[in-house]
Order: sequence, then structure tokens, then C-alpha cells
Amino acid sequence: MEIAVCVKRVPLVGSTFILTDDAMAIDTSRIGATLSPHEENAVEAAVRLIEVHGGSITLFSVGSTEAEEQIREQLAIGADRAVLIETDGTEIDSQATAAVLAQAIDQDATEFDLVLLGSESADSGGYQTGIRIAHALGRPVVTNVKGLAITDNRATCERAVGSTREVYEVQLPAVICVLDGLNIPRYPSVPGRIKARKKPVDRLSIKIPESTTIRTSLRVPQSANKGAIDLGSGQDGAKALVEVFKQIGVI
Amino acid sequence: MILVYADHDRGVIEPLTFQALTFARNIDSDIHAVLVGGSSAGVNASTAATMLGEYGAQEVDVAELAGYSDYAPLAAARALVELLGSTGAQALIAPSSPRGNEVLAHVAAITDRPFVADCYSIDLGAPHKIVRARWAGNLHEEVDVSAEAADVLIATIFPHSTEATTAPAGGAINEFTAAASQDDLAIQIVNRVGAATGGVTLPEAKVIVSGGRGMGGPDGFGILEEIASALGGTVGCTRVVTSAGWRPHSEQVGQTGTKVAPDLYLACGISGATQHLAGCKNSKTLIAINTDPDATIMNHADYIIVGDVTQVLPMVLQEIHAAKS
Repeated sequence: MEIAVCVKRVPLVGSTFILTDDAMAIDTSRIGATLSPHEENAVEAAVRLIEVHGGSITLFSVGSTEAEEQIREQLAIGADRAVLIETDGTEIDSQATAAVLAQAIDQDATEFDLVLLGSESADSGGYQTGIRIAHALGRPVVTNVKGLAITDNRATCERAVGSTREVYEVQLPAVICVLDGLNIPRYPSVPGRIKARKKPVDRLSIKIPESTTIRTSLRVPQSANKGAIDLGSGQDGAKALVEVFKQIGVI
Repeated sequence: MILVYADHDRGVIEPLTFQALTFARNIDSDIHAVLVGGSSAGVNASTAATMLGEYGAQEVDVAELAGYSDYAPLAAARALVELLGSTGAQALIAPSSPRGNEVLAHVAAITDRPFVADCYSIDLGAPHKIVRARWAGNLHEEVDVSAEAADVLIATIFPHSTEATTAPAGGAINEFTAAASQDDLAIQIVNRVGAATGGVTLPEAKVIVSGGRGMGGPDGFGILEEIASALGGTVGCTRVVTSAGWRPHSEQVGQTGTKVAPDLYLACGISGATQHLAGCKNSKTLIAINTDPDATIMNHADYIIVGDVTQVLPMVLQEIHAAKS
């Protein structure tokens, strides 16, 4: 089974967002980067499928040269090679990103049975890249997937709705967009990291279509510090808390 | 005229749809709601149209598709594309629900238009001026969307950013037949598993008692279960907790878990990472219990108790029992 996994590097944000002076981006000078969370699950799912079905995993990413850091991490977890469509780091919209990824997947020498990626990215949250890739490649797509099994070239996908799960079935080749909760991603091992150093990360140059959705500014919404009322501590605090429960009608 | 996609599950309308209708009324007075799937998909058109009409839909377009018996995103998108062509709508709006985002992304992909998810405000023009969520609402982004590319603006509305209010309109039913191919219908719900356990699920819970790293381990959640049960609520947790395997992912509240808006969110031993706040900051009342008075969660809370959860929570449970007896 040949699997393509599309991955995105995003800033590693803790508890506050600091913007650049022109309010056009997150100030990343003092923070690290990570993989968009759902895509950690996508890579983990791919590794588990290869363990059962055999085959190989190719990572695709659109981003700056620094994205190689996240790519190497995922190569250490079990992906075999990677294709980085390098940009100058300028933000490109979801439509352009999907077009570029679809082209890269389509022109690759490998015929992929499965394209995996996160349902939405942590930063832009556009909910569309996987669906657009599927349309460009002429393949079926299932999104919001939290359970995945493949038998006889058919994928059984589950998505969570409250306490129940909806089941979808799709014939491969297909695109499947996954969510956190699909699995618990493993950490790279030391031998994995050593092997990853030698795995190929090919730079691919593709003309990036012009974005039609263009950022003019970013801001941190003013909701912080609601001026919380301190209920005290110990038994008195517990009593005061239960009084609040009564006031808001939960007791 | 604006088309609003009515998200429904076998005829039961997703409540976020009413927020989307309310939002759409602020852009244009002429609102049509679209219900995909007729009686074969469990839709009682007249009941649904009455509800959608209450929230301002002058017309309710009900799309009947042969072979559409349950939610099928691509087939639903085909019906919307057909309707966009025949009605000349200037925008297609949906709630930012899993289905709303999915169906509209298909429409955008089919028609090669931009799709702007999670909007707070939309000003149609040239270009369209939009404020939308990034990082699940932790950042607001102002964008210009090309009016040439988005001759019909396709967008979803950030959950709970608009309060649903009624504005009774006609809700006149217009049934039409749309065409979807076998391939379009191939991705469809074929089964539902894991029937309700009898417990309250996160999205519907009025009370969520949630724990973070500060609960110390899986055993720490016993007291949260007891408090949740005493308040008729359910247990939630942070991503750290599910990643550590202390609790199942179905209980995770946050950007990559479930986004909730209960009457009471009791955050215990939770520091307040942006990833978590994105899932709980729409709670009506947020109460935090934490040893650290400077923890980020304390700034987002309505009430706080500074203290160790292992000491405070048993006292809270005792007081709840005392109050109820």
C-alpha cells in the first residue's frame, strides 16, 4: 500500500499569542514549531497501516525550508521519504495550498492508494484542503475520521457524533482526513532518528497559484481577564462554590 | 438573496443552523434555507420549514435526491450547486459544524470558488471584507476575499459568535429534485455504532466537570466523576490528559477535541492552554480551581478557587450533598 501524508508546520503556541509589530503574523522569534496536531495522527495511522499491509509512506508539505524540521521528525516515526514544495514562507490560502499538494501528489512517480491529512490545520482551520485535493485528483473523500480500518482495498471510516459513531465506507484510492483521537501518536525512537537523517527530502518547485483570500491583519480578541471573583479557600470556598451552583441553577 | 444550508441529522436540525440564519439576516433580508434530503432522509419538510421560518427563512428549498437516504456530503453539495445556479444567490452560508464545513468545502471545490470558514463578520463588496477565526478563535483574522473569485461567497459562521434570535418569516416550502451520481452517493453513512451509553455527552451536557494535568493521574478523575454525577453533568479533560492515556479522547475538550458551551464548566487542575480554551471559553459560567493564581485559566474564569484540587474537591462534593439533602 502506497500512502501519501500531507503535513503542515505550525507555530508551537502555549498560552498566549504574541503578534509581530505589523499585526500580520504570530511572532515566532521566541517560540518553536510543531506539526499541526491532526497530522501527527495521520502519520501514525499511515505507519500502522504499513505495518499490516506493507508498502511505503511519502510526506508532502508546502512551506518554508524550516518545515524540514517537522518532516525529519515524521521520517523518524516511520515515513520513508518526503517532498517539500518550498515557499518563501508567505501565507498562501487553502485553495492554493490544495492545488499545489494535488499537483505534487499527481506528478509523483508513486501511485498512491491513500492520501491522509488532518481535517483542518491548527492555525488557519479552513476545513477544505483535503476535500479540494480529492476533487483535483478525482477521488472520494471522508473527513473528520476518528476510526480507520482497511480491508480488501476498502476503507471503513468512523466519525464521532456525540456518543455514537457514523460509519462510512470508501473504495481506494481515496483521500481521508483525520482528527486527533484516531490514535495516540508514538514518539520517534533513537534508531528511528538516525535512519531519518538519511531518508530523502526532495525539494519540488511548483508555481503557486495566486491567493484569492488575503490577510489584512490579525488581532488577539479582547476576552482575557474577566475579573474573576475569588471564592476563597478551604471549606468556606467549597460552600461559596456551591452557592454559585445554586445561583446559576445547576443544583 | 442568501442561501443558508440547514445542517440536519435525519430531519433533526443542528441548532447552530439557527445562529447561521440569524447571522445571514444581518447581511440581507432575503433568506432561503436549504434542506437536503426529503422524506427518504427522515426529513419532515413542513415541521422543519416551520422552524427555519421562525428564524427568518422566507423560503425553504427542500432538495429531493434519488438514492439519498442518509447524510451524503458530496451529493448534498451537488444539490446546493444546482440551487446556486438557478437562484442567483450572492452567498451560501452554513454553520461551522462538521457537516456545514464539509458540504460547503465540496461546493467550493466543485465550483472552484474560495471557501471562508469560521466567520465572525461578513461585509459583501469588492473585495468582501471578512473577519474569521484562526487557531479556533484564539486569533481573529481580517481578510479580503476577491469578489471576482468569490462571485458567490461561500462561508461558515463561527459557533456561538451570533446568538440565535427569531424573526418569523414565511418559510414557504419549495421542493425540487436534484441530481446526484452513484459516485456522489458513494460516500454516505452506512451504519451507526456505539449506541448511547445512557450518560450525557459533552456537546449536550449542561454541566462539565473537567480535569487537567493537575489531577495527577487517572485515579484523580474519580472525584470529578462523582461531582459530575451529583450535578447531572459529565466529565471533560484536556489534551495532555488524553495523550497520557488517563481518559478517553471522547472526553477531550479543546481545539482538537470537542468544543462545548455548557451552563457550567468547572476546570480543575487546568492551566488554560490556548488549545483547551478554544474548546471551553463559550461556557456560560467558567469556574477554575487551581493552585496557581496566575494560571491563564484564572483570567478566563468567572469564579476561582486557589487551592489544591485533591483537598478542595472532596469538600465541594460534601457541600453539594449537603445542599441537596
